[in-house]
Amino acid sequence: MTRSFDRAFAVGVAALALLVPLTLAAITVLVLIDSWPSLTTFGLSYFTTTEWDPVKLVFGAAAYVYGTLVTTVIAVVLAAPVAVGAAIYLTEFAPRAVRAPIAFTIELLAYIPSIVYGLWAIFVMVPVMRSIVEPGLQATLGQLPVIGRLFSGTPIGLDLLSGGVVLAIMILPILMAVSREVLLAVPPTQREAMIGLGATRWEAVSRAVLPYARPGIIGGAVLGVARAFGETMAVTMVVGNSSRDISGSLFVPGYTMASAIANQFVEADSDLYFSAIVEIALVLLLVGIIVNGVARVLIRRSIADRPAGAVI
Amino acid sequence: MALTPSSAIPARHRVVVRRRIAEGVVIGLLLLATLVAVTFLVTILGYVIVRGLPAIDLAFFTERPKPLGEVGGGIAPALIGTVILAAVSGAIAIPVGIAAAIFVVEYRSGRFAAPVRFAAELIAGLPSIVIGVFVWALLVRGLVGHYAAIAGAIALAVIMVPIVARTVEEVLKLVPNSLREAALALGAPRWKVILSIVLPTARAGVITAAVLALARSAGETAPLLLTALGNDFFSTDLLRPIGALPLAIYRYAISPYDDWHTKAWGASLVLVLVIGVVGLLLRVVARQRVR
Repeated sequence: MTRSFDRAFAVGVAALALLVPLTLAAITVLVLIDSWPSLTTFGLSYFTTTEWDPVKLVFGAAAYVYGTLVTTVIAVVLAAPVAVGAAIYLTEFAPRAVRAPIAFTIELLAYIPSIVYGLWAIFVMVPVMRSIVEPGLQATLGQLPVIGRLFSGTPIGLDLLSGGVVLAIMILPILMAVSREVLLAVPPTQREAMIGLGATRWEAVSRAVLPYARPGIIGGAVLGVARAFGETMAVTMVVGNSSRDISGSLFVPGYTMASAIANQFVEADSDLYFSAIVEIALVLLLVGIIVNGVARVLIRRSIADRPAGAVI
Repeated sequence: MALTPSSAIPARHRVVVRRRIAEGVVIGLLLLATLVAVTFLVTILGYVIVRGLPAIDLAFFTERPKPLGEVGGGIAPALIGTVILAAVSGAIAIPVGIAAAIFVVEYRSGRFAAPVRFAAELIAGLPSIVIGVFVWALLVRGLVGHYAAIAGAIALAVIMVPIVARTVEEVLKLVPNSLREAALALGAPRWKVILSIVLPTARAGVITAAVLALARSAGETAPLLLTALGNDFFSTDLLRPIGALPLAIYRYAISPYDDWHTKAWGASLVLVLVIGVVGLLLRVVARQRVR
């Protein structure tokens, strides 16, 4: 009697648990099926052309891929130095009493929903970008040869640069939390040995701590990339959602892959249009799986067996 | 140490000075990075509080939105919608997540433990809009046939399961094996060991996991756009579209009306307060457990 109940309990737990891989399989299969018409109709040209025309039923998502890449690169380039710098300061140099409270405060940013970042970005950040930051960039960096192209056009605030900046603010907490976790996991003997040899604290950190923590920090950055890549709401609200061309300037409205789905999903009035939108989701799905896999391997190698923090 | 002309101090000393200066500069830059990060948090929170507070009065919590152009009204349908979505998605995701953790930790020998863990990690890494597309295809177009609260709840549940599963997994691993062995040695069957020894020991952690997942899902917007759709009227029907705080914020934020913008800030304040207080409480509880 007891034995048979034991068996039933095990089967019940297994049945519920197996819902998890089943869900992943169902997501992959459904998205694949729905994007099939687009996959077979456009093949590789889906990724190499920018014509996205629901009337002529021609769909090329290159501009969306470009928008996602540009905003993600901006986000990581802006956020990584700040996040890693803050993590180093908070684990190695800050007065002991303030370390945990400040780290916790910054990590609280991770709890703020992306829609709130979007709201803040629309009403506070975009006007500042339009009237101060973008004209400023144009007047300085915009005058340089080659790089100047990035800052050409009319500063409107609702553009790829704003999308990248809001993403940078959003991935800052997770980058910092992971870097901090990795730095805390570096054995104190690494620092002590260097300082015992007469190194200053910064020399100890830069030559004995950072090399040790490097895979984990890179893993954190990759995780930030994964976040930025699929982030939808905040970017959708400031990225402009209109241009479909690749112009080379950051001051043009654009689309990211996720914002294209959010904006056009309910508008899809033909099967092929719908399928082309779902193919964007398929790309996000595959990239999400690959990038997260890579990040987790890197971080795990650095943190070894410490339980991961809630933020990760 | 004063900076004397370089010829006046021995070469070794000069190196020390240079190293000290380098250290000072670097620490200054690191401090600057920290200040930048903190400033963004303070600014964003500050705006949410300052712009949100004027929106908040009794009507904000009890009334439904006024017709276009009229000032006043509230966001009560969205509040109720968020509570209903949280309850339904929690009722689905918490048992599944706990079961997945039990399966991975307590039935470790099973052939499928690794795939369950791996699948949970991969789902956790998916952009939430992809989950929205999936649930739209499965329910909104498929089983239900139209936009519905239940579709939104299931989308949120898919997002919550990996959070619950992985947090509970870590907690279950902390339960000492000697407890399990002692119970098994006394002749207790496996299910009893799990239900009356392991889970009660890990209770605080399990509750933390559930609350964390609920707090996370409360702010999700993108998947709800494709599933729950939003609703300005009071609705508790799981088969009809339902409102939610994040959906209300989105709709108000992209509207051209000042009064609606204020409402968006107010709704954000409510959302951030709920999530922030939960996050703070969890942190305090976690710290007490470590001590």
